[in-house]
This record gives sequence, C-alpha cells and structure tokens, in this order.
Amino acid sequence: MSARDEVLARVRRAKGPEGPVSVPREYRAAGTRGAGDLDLFAERLRDYRARVRVVDADQVATTIAAALLERGVRRVVAAPGTPAGWSNLPDQPDRVEVVRGAVTVDTLERTDAVVTACHVAIAETGTIVLDHDAADQGPRALTLVPDYHLVVVRAEQVVAGVPDAVAALAGVRTQTWISGPSATSDIELERVEGVHGPRTLEVVIARSTRFPTTSHPVGGSDQNHGIR
Amino acid sequence: MTFLGMPAGGGNLTGTPFPKAARGALGDAQLRRNLAKATTTIRTKRAGVVGELPDWAELRAAGAAIKDEVLANLDEHLVRFEEALTSRGTHVHWARDADEANRIITDLVKATGTREVIKVKSMATVEIGLNEALADAGVHAVETDLAELIVQLGNDKSSHILVPAIHRNRTEIRDVFRREMPGVDPDLTDDPRALAEAARRHLRQKFMTVDVAISGANFGVAETGALVVVESEGNGRMCLTLPRTLISVVGIEKLVPSWRDLEVFLQLLPRSSTGERMNPYTSVWTGPTEGQTSHVVLVDNGRTATLADPDGRAALRCIRCSACLNSCPVYERTGGHAYGSTYPGPIGAVLSPQLTGVDRNPTLPFASSLCGVCYDVCPVAIDIPSMLVHLRSRVTESKRTTPESTAMRALSWVMSDARRWGRLIRLGKFGRLASRHVPLPGWSAARDLPLPPKQTFRDWWETR
Repeated sequence: MSARDEVLARVRRAKGPEGPVSVPREYRAAGTRGAGDLDLFAERLRDYRARVRVVDADQVATTIAAALLERGVRRVVAAPGTPAGWSNLPDQPDRVEVVRGAVTVDTLERTDAVVTACHVAIAETGTIVLDHDAADQGPRALTLVPDYHLVVVRAEQVVAGVPDAVAALAGVRTQTWISGPSATSDIELERVEGVHGPRTLEVVIARSTRFPTTSHPVGGSDQNHGIR
Repeated sequence: MTFLGMPAGGGNLTGTPFPKAARGALGDAQLRRNLAKATTTIRTKRAGVVGELPDWAELRAAGAAIKDEVLANLDEHLVRFEEALTSRGTHVHWARDADEANRIITDLVKATGTREVIKVKSMATVEIGLNEALADAGVHAVETDLAELIVQLGNDKSSHILVPAIHRNRTEIRDVFRREMPGVDPDLTDDPRALAEAARRHLRQKFMTVDVAISGANFGVAETGALVVVESEGNGRMCLTLPRTLISVVGIEKLVPSWRDLEVFLQLLPRSSTGERMNPYTSVWTGPTEGQTSHVVLVDNGRTATLADPDGRAALRCIRCSACLNSCPVYERTGGHAYGSTYPGPIGAVLSPQLTGVDRNPTLPFASSLCGVCYDVCPVAIDIPSMLVHLRSRVTESKRTTPESTAMRALSWVMSDARRWGRLIRLGKFGRLASRHVPLPGWSAARDLPLPPKQTFRDWWETR
C-alpha cells in the first residue's frame, strides 16, 4: 500500500463516527462593523513603530516625494502598476534613480526604497495586505528586500476587522499580511523592530474619495480576482 | 502501545523521564530567572490583547469547532487539499512516520544538487529530526529564525514552541554569537537590537544565495490549497520567496476546511502566542509561486494514533501558540527541556505521549498539577487537565502488574462486597498500631498516615 493510501486508511479507522461538526460563528463577522476607523488604524500602526502620514488623496504624490527625499534615497523601485505620479520626484541636485519595470533581486538588494499600493487594510490590527498578483503591489521580493517600504492605503480600503479583510481576500492567491516593520521577540520576549524584512514601514493613508484613479470596490484592485 | 494499535510516531518526542530531568532544571537558578522573566512578560501582553476583543469567547468556540470538523472528516479534507495542490502544480508527498518524511525530503534536496538549505522555523521538522537526517546526507540546514539560530549555533535544544531559546538570556545569547557566528563583531554587546542586527548580517548572504528552502505551515486550506506561514522577522518571507525550490512539511492535522476559517485563526493565534494584535508578517501562497518548484510533505507520525482516542484527539486541535506553556506553573519552573520532547509544556504533556504511545512517554501525563490554567488560555479550548487524567489512566493500564495495581485489584475485590468490606475495616483497629510502627518509605516522607479510628462507623451504627 502506498504511504498515501495507508495514511488515509489509518485516518478512516481512527476518526469518530460523527458526521460534520457545526461551527458556531457568533463572533463579529465580516460586514457587520461598518468601515474601518482611520484614526484607530493609524494608532495601531504607530504602536508597531510604523511611520504614518494621513493626507488628502490629491496630496499622495507630493507626500511620497517628500518622504523619499527626506530619507535621502538614491534608488527607489515603484511597483509597475502604481500611478506614475507616485514615482515622479521633483528635480533634485543629486540624481535619484527611479525604477518601475521588472527588477532582479540583486538590483533590489542595492535599492533603498520601494513604493506600492495595497489590497486591503485592517483598522483593528493595523494590518496591510498585499496581493502579489496585482501590478500595483508587485512580486513578493519587491517589498521584502529593500530596507524601506512605503505603502499607500486608500481610506476606502481600510476595513474594521480581520473577517472583513479575509472576505476581501477570497481568491487572492499570493498574499503578504504586514503589521508594522519586521520584528522579533526572541530575546527575552522583548520586541525589537527590524530584522530581515524592511526595517522601516512608512504608511501614507489617503483620505477622501477624490483619488486620481478610477474608483475601486473595497479591497479591490485593478485586476480580476478569481483564483488564478 | 498506541491507541487501537495505530502505529506510533518517531523522531524527537522522548527523553529522560520528567521527574529526573526536572530535578536538574529546578536546580538551575539562572534558567528559572530567565523563564520567570520571559513568561511573565508574555502573559501580561497576551492578557491585554485578548481582553481587547469583545468576542474572544465566540472566536475560541469557533476555532475549536473548526478544528473538530477537520478531525471528524480528516480523510476528506486531506484528499481535497491534495487535489487543490496538485491541480496547481505542487508535488504532494505522504509520509507515514518521521523516517519516511526525512527520506522523502532528503531525496528532494539531493536531487537539486545543493549542499545547503535554509529553513523557516518549523516544529514538524524538529519533531521528525530533519536537520540531523539532512546532516547525515551531507546537507547543512541553516535555521533562519533568530531563536532557532541561537539554539543551532549554541548546539542546544529548543525549549519552547514559539521561542526555542527562551531559556537563554541576552548575555548568554551574546556569548553564543561571539563564540559561534562566523565574522561576528568581537565587541558585540548584549543589547537585543545589536543581537538582532548581527543575525540579520549573518543570514543575509544565505537568503540571497541558497536555492532550496524548507518550511512548515501554520495552516493549509483544504478548499484552495493555500498554505499559510505566520511569523515576525521576515526570515520566513525570505525563505518562501527567494529560493527556487520550496519544500513544506505539514502535519496532517494542520488543515482548515475553507479560506473563511482563517478569519478565526488569524485572530486567535497572534494574540495567544506573541501577545500582539497581529504578527508582523503572514505569508499566504497557493501553488508554486513566481516560478518556484513547490513540494508539500504530509506527515502522520503518530497523529492518526492520537486521532484514534476519542478522549485524546482534541490535542490535534493545537495551533502551536504556546499560551499554555507561558501560563503553566510547572513549565515556568522546569523549562521545556525537562519534557524531553519537541513539544513541551502542558500541550506537550498530552500530545507527545499520544504521538509516541504512552509506554514511551509514561511520565509526561504526570508533569502537571492539574491547575487548569492551560485550558483557560487555550485558544482552541483543549481541555488539557481532563486529557492528562485520561492519559494517566492509560499509562496505568499499559503497565504490567505492579504492587500498586495488585493492591488496587485486591481492594476492588473487597470493596465490591459489603460483608468483605465490613470485615476489612474492622481490621483497621490494628492499623492504629501499625501506623505508628510501619514506615511507608517515600509515601510517608511528605505525608502523615491517617490514624484509623478505634471504632468503625458501621460498628457505631449497629450499637445505636
């Protein structure tokens, strides 16, 4: 008998005779708590020592430019599907290289910053979720290798709780849930921010509905989200 | 003997008998200070973030029921999971036990031609002894989780599910790094920031160059074939993303039926384990991603033996949060090594003996005061105290005749008949004499033998 058949046969012998178990779902389910509270979201992010800037939607591009220049970046990668304005840095005496196409891991290793959008965000936990099949969020390495990640969250992408986000993510194949910069609690269970992932997470929260791209449903992006 | 003769699990699940191992640990003042500090910190954090959720009890009930559903129909969920994985191009392998899992993984690694693999923290791979098996085949496994790295560099053993190096304080960790980490700054301080930075530098090159990664999984979604890894440092993301080949080792009980079920566990797990509202990074991938080759190894290793016991199978609900370890008065004093298994603490005391069969772990069900705090904090409501009592009786049953069992059988024969019992208790009068003069070694060292009364209740009743 193959290992597969033997393990399955053991399971059938071992499991009880009872049929399906009914699952009580009395907790706060998706769609029952309204929109996510932006102030709470910002507070939770700051708790993780992420940097947070809350701006009007039409200020996003200038806010990104200011943040990148403040940090003194030399090379920045923007996810290819992000609005062009997000990587338009005003003329500077020192040239800053902006990359928007496909990049190798070696290039990313020599990149100071990455700019992306997100798929959905959770106010209660200060979590931002990326869909790596969406062009404005990019493949996984993009937001992993550079030491600084700037992510733009549109106000309408912020949901109240985890169940709301899980509902918005049904069918999204490759996801990264990000709650603050990388951290460890492995030494005396004391939290230290900044290990292997980006050591700085900067979140630009874009208020209002005057966002300069077409309107999206909550959690939606510019792609079809059936399982691919 | 495992339950109903189901084959037992092997690997790193047994050690020195608990009382003996605990005696050594209890004499280590440094260890007890380290553990008390760490567990106190984490207990406070957990209580804070659990208290924030008004629906914690409801989430806990749902979590328990979802896992019970997985166990009640595990064969169907496994087959669905396998179909979802293979339809996307993931290679699925099945392993009856630790040896078979190690063989499968070693062959997969050798086929890539690499001599080095990077690893995401994974309890399943510690359980099966994968690093040792790979080393025997000439492959070096690099642990990339900070605590696992501390344990690996220090030639040490894990003592905690979540924080394997919890028994080490910052100074001890600095000393391990100074001694064992190639190219480390000889003036490295014991500031946790500096230690984390040293680990970052040490591992960066590995992430960029090693081509095969081995992970576990916190959850597998039967419906979609999605795998979930919950972590903090980003080492998991590095391992899952950069190498060309990814091998994920998954215990067969790690499934959830549907994507939606994660809405429960992604609330229960981070708050119970690190005491955070959410862990820094959770990776979800469905099938081979971004050109990788992806393998999943489904491991039994005693899980079906655990499933076979109706009074013990709920141990398989465990999502490895470690809240029971952090809350346990016994664990806090003995540390994890005393349990001798990959799975220490209260959950280890019920899981390890079931995976191996109680005869190979007969002392663990007794490594508890039955205070019940482990049950209170368990996010999937595993009634560990009742299970411990149940396993104690299994241990007793599994043992052949002992003086105690002979005495109990004799007593049972006497007590099942009123006349026999009446005659025996009258003999108690003589016990008044005996109790003063017959020492019971061991038993009476910490207890007083009660003095039998001059007249039994029955005699008194008859004289009324």
